[in-house]
Amino acid sequence: MDRRQFLTLSPTRHKTAKAPMGRTDSGIAPFTGAFETAQAVHLLKRALFGASPADLSWAKGLGSMDQAVDALLTPLATMPSPPVNNYGDDATGIAPGATWVNAPAYVRMEDDPLGQNRQRSYKAWWTGVMLNQTRSIHEKMVLFWHNHFVTETQTVTDLRYVYKYNTTLRQYALGNFKALTKAITKDPAMLIYLNGNLNGKTAADENYARELHELFTIGKGPDSHYTEDDVRASARVLTGYRVDENTITSHFDSTQHDFANKQFSDFYGAKTVTGKTGPAGETELDDLLNIIFSQPECAKFIVRKLYRFFIYYKIDDAVEQNVIAPLADIFRTNNYEILPVLSALFKSEHFYDPLNMSCLIKSPIDFCIGLCREFSVVFPPASDYMNAYEAWDYIRDFAGKMLQNIGDPPLVAGWAPYYQEPMFHEMWINTDTLPKRNMLSDYLVQGQGAPHNLKIDVLAFADQLSDPGNPVTLVKDSLDLLYRVDVSDSLRSFMKNSILLSGQSPNSDYYWTDAWQAYKGNPGDVATRTVVESRLKAMYKFIMDLSEYQLS
Amino acid sequence: MRRRDFLKHTASAAVLPSIIDGFSVKAFSTSPMLAALQGAATDNDHVLVMIQLTGGNDGLNMVIPLDIYDKYQAARSNIAIQQGKVLPLANNIKTGIHPAMTGIQQLYEDGKVCILQSVGYPSPDYSHFRATDIWLSGSGAKDILNTGWGGRYLGFEYPNFPEGFPNADAPDPLAIQIGSLVSPVFQGTAASMGIAITSATDFYDLLENPPIDPVPNTHWGDELTYIRLIAKQSDKYTDSIKLAASKVTQQSPYPANNDLAAQLKIVARLVAGGLKTRMYMVSTGGFDTHASQTEAGDTSKGYHAELLGKVSAAIKAFMDDLTKLKVSKRVVGMTFSEFGRRTKSNGSMGTDHGAAAPMIVFGDYVLQGVLGNSPNIPDAASVGDNIPMQYDFRSVYASILEQWFCVKESDLKTILLDDYQRLPIVSGIACGLITSTDDVNQNAGINYITNYPNPFADKTYLKYKTKGGHTMIQIFDTTGRLIQVPVNKIHTPGDYTITFDGEDLPNGVYYARFQNGTIQQVRTMLKVR
Repeated sequence: MDRRQFLTLSPTRHKTAKAPMGRTDSGIAPFTGAFETAQAVHLLKRALFGASPADLSWAKGLGSMDQAVDALLTPLATMPSPPVNNYGDDATGIAPGATWVNAPAYVRMEDDPLGQNRQRSYKAWWTGVMLNQTRSIHEKMVLFWHNHFVTETQTVTDLRYVYKYNTTLRQYALGNFKALTKAITKDPAMLIYLNGNLNGKTAADENYARELHELFTIGKGPDSHYTEDDVRASARVLTGYRVDENTITSHFDSTQHDFANKQFSDFYGAKTVTGKTGPAGETELDDLLNIIFSQPECAKFIVRKLYRFFIYYKIDDAVEQNVIAPLADIFRTNNYEILPVLSALFKSEHFYDPLNMSCLIKSPIDFCIGLCREFSVVFPPASDYMNAYEAWDYIRDFAGKMLQNIGDPPLVAGWAPYYQEPMFHEMWINTDTLPKRNMLSDYLVQGQGAPHNLKIDVLAFADQLSDPGNPVTLVKDSLDLLYRVDVSDSLRSFMKNSILLSGQSPNSDYYWTDAWQAYKGNPGDVATRTVVESRLKAMYKFIMDLSEYQLS
Repeated sequence: MRRRDFLKHTASAAVLPSIIDGFSVKAFSTSPMLAALQGAATDNDHVLVMIQLTGGNDGLNMVIPLDIYDKYQAARSNIAIQQGKVLPLANNIKTGIHPAMTGIQQLYEDGKVCILQSVGYPSPDYSHFRATDIWLSGSGAKDILNTGWGGRYLGFEYPNFPEGFPNADAPDPLAIQIGSLVSPVFQGTAASMGIAITSATDFYDLLENPPIDPVPNTHWGDELTYIRLIAKQSDKYTDSIKLAASKVTQQSPYPANNDLAAQLKIVARLVAGGLKTRMYMVSTGGFDTHASQTEAGDTSKGYHAELLGKVSAAIKAFMDDLTKLKVSKRVVGMTFSEFGRRTKSNGSMGTDHGAAAPMIVFGDYVLQGVLGNSPNIPDAASVGDNIPMQYDFRSVYASILEQWFCVKESDLKTILLDDYQRLPIVSGIACGLITSTDDVNQNAGINYITNYPNPFADKTYLKYKTKGGHTMIQIFDTTGRLIQVPVNKIHTPGDYTITFDGEDLPNGVYYARFQNGTIQQVRTMLKVR
């Protein structure tokens, strides 16, 4: 079926804006087209980090697009175990292999090695969690919220708080956004990061208050009209929260709280937060959040962020009207529950519109972790924590060099590719970072250059495809999974003839078939294995070296 | 290239004794030698162009044995080249080449071609994939190597690559593959040492900054365009390649509809443009001629003839172009294929996978000659007969590394992982080496190795004559499988006899290959009941 037919199939088409040529005007009406390989791979690569052959079989095996989306939107049932001491000496007495997240407080020295050790431990652990993700969008949402409610480990410095912040994100990732906002406001790491823990009645500190409006709820779009007075008023609402380094929690100290009334601007309905003394002062936060969340721009702002993270950076009039607005309605109607918005988005015509597919440049984390997952790169088991953390950290560090150092976005606004006009995600790709992407994929596919024997088992990968002995099918299945765009017949022929067949006659597909079957018949034989393995390595290296592989 | 080392060679050349390792010293006067060396020293960045003939080239119809023409004709009567049509080679009556290769014939006459007979290796593999891997990695039949011999050589010269490259001393790619995929021949231990310049059209695209491949006017089209742009900019060698190419505004004509010519034209342009790249790989395919390799009415024509004609015309045009561009002294080229083809042709007027085959090496500094004897062909060839090796292909690599890239003898083993016989392929002037004037070919009458009784039922005595130094005897069967190495050590000069026990071997033909210095000779033995 061609695209025009497909777009006219949706029954509920009203109030749609027309898009310019080559652009889409599809909206959030449910997608009713066929859920085949292209659609399944698209969904998997957006919801998960990378899509392996097993992921694809699983998704298609669920029976329908709706079931696949529902499965992927299932929150994690159990939380991952916390990071452990993989660094040896610990001034607070945590033994190697034991977790440090509830360690006693300690006096930080200059050049605090414990801080740096735990920082690396935390980042490696988190990378390991993502590498081992189950088939749920949960981990991607944790990353999304980290980029939204930013903290930086280098500012917070005590990693016990940072770990707790991670659990807060994880707890609410697919839950209620309003509850998440409240939890983050009181989160110890956030209180430290944006000075909330110093915010007192004598002279309110506006740091968090400002970001609460500007970055966390309303934004600075054309429809955002909160005022400086709103920021100051909010800062006064937020006075009194303090962090306890022994319990790694925050609490409300009413003696530090400014209990006068706080007046808000017309943008917020000219409402007032009535000042309260004593412990009741803490409920002013709820009042503040109610006021902010009554402003319709809040839902739109968050929906736009989700759109840019999961779909594409361009939000033109058609997208604003056909996608953002209706999703924002769903968000508000469901009292800011996140799942209904994601469900509507991932089940929409807009999501499966070919014009909207394939255009997201993989972020460094998506690239690095996705690559490892797609090819089932084997890491040391978590029980071998010294080596496992080192191996995970190798991947994390590579992504860091590609400009996405998890735990430490460059500013409170998050990573620039998610918001910086005009290039957005194109900022991930420059003459320094693109070769680094090629370098990682080269090291792993060649099986040389990466520590801990990290490598791609090309034979195991090919073996999972439908008919690896048939070179035409092998090329097709590989490209269907690894690329999101179609490639020319001449490129497919090149891969088959010049790579798999080593330049032999194009009519000699049987050379490959024979070589594959010889290997399968005798997998222990080094010579027969090397003949096919070396060609598969060359092919997958070629596939990953082309620009097409950077697109999700 | 270390000019200081190179000059050191030349200074000591004058005082060396007259016999070293079986080489005799050419008596040359110092001044023409030094003059030549002076000239070479200023710009002696040597280039090797490897021409891969993919599919297994039928070497026996490319280089035709005139001295045993009857046996040749009998073995493959349906495709044998007519005796009168074989192109003769200057100063040689034993060997001719395929009628389509007039270009190579001319270059041979100009003194720029060396033909090596029966190049192979012990226990050859008859599978395209494995055999190709062996030739590119420079490994033995049983070894699996993850590096290419070219990659190991370049890794030896530039051990830190790619860290800190390009730099002032090495601003250009170390190796270039014309084609979309860098050949495994350039794979080093840490990284591939080569870059690929995609097919001819893309190369010209690279130079002329045209629009990138059209993509649709969609979101993903925009993003793909952007990433490709960055990819092009990231290629740190783009600038040096463009710079070199820009210096050559005109080239001599190359034959049309000839993919090899198109690739070599690019190589010529880059060499002439001053690119310091040392190794190039180009390739052309279609040589897997299991059927219809000649025309029925005229065996000098047909499919194989067209292939060889294209190769010959491409190489000739390439050499002419290099000469006109005044850079021909910098280049040596060689053709190779993953295996030769069967001695006896099949019923489809074709040939099946074989073993040893000739190589053509060409260049201004290449020594004119046919090294080795005509291939060993039985009186009554059978379908199982294969041409036994006279030279190991790694000897060719070793010779080029030593004589053209001036690698010290002690370092050759690091690159090729074993010691190999060196052959006089390139003039000693190129690296300031002593050149042998021995006729490495077997003069009529000198038997370096014989055996008696022959035919034999169980034991036979192998009698051999060595000039001293390393001496080796290998025993092969007709598939080229290495049965035994009864001799492999340093000898003092003299005649020796050993016993070879073939009692447990199946009946049939066996080859005893003798090697001593640059000399080799293959003795045919027959085991009977």
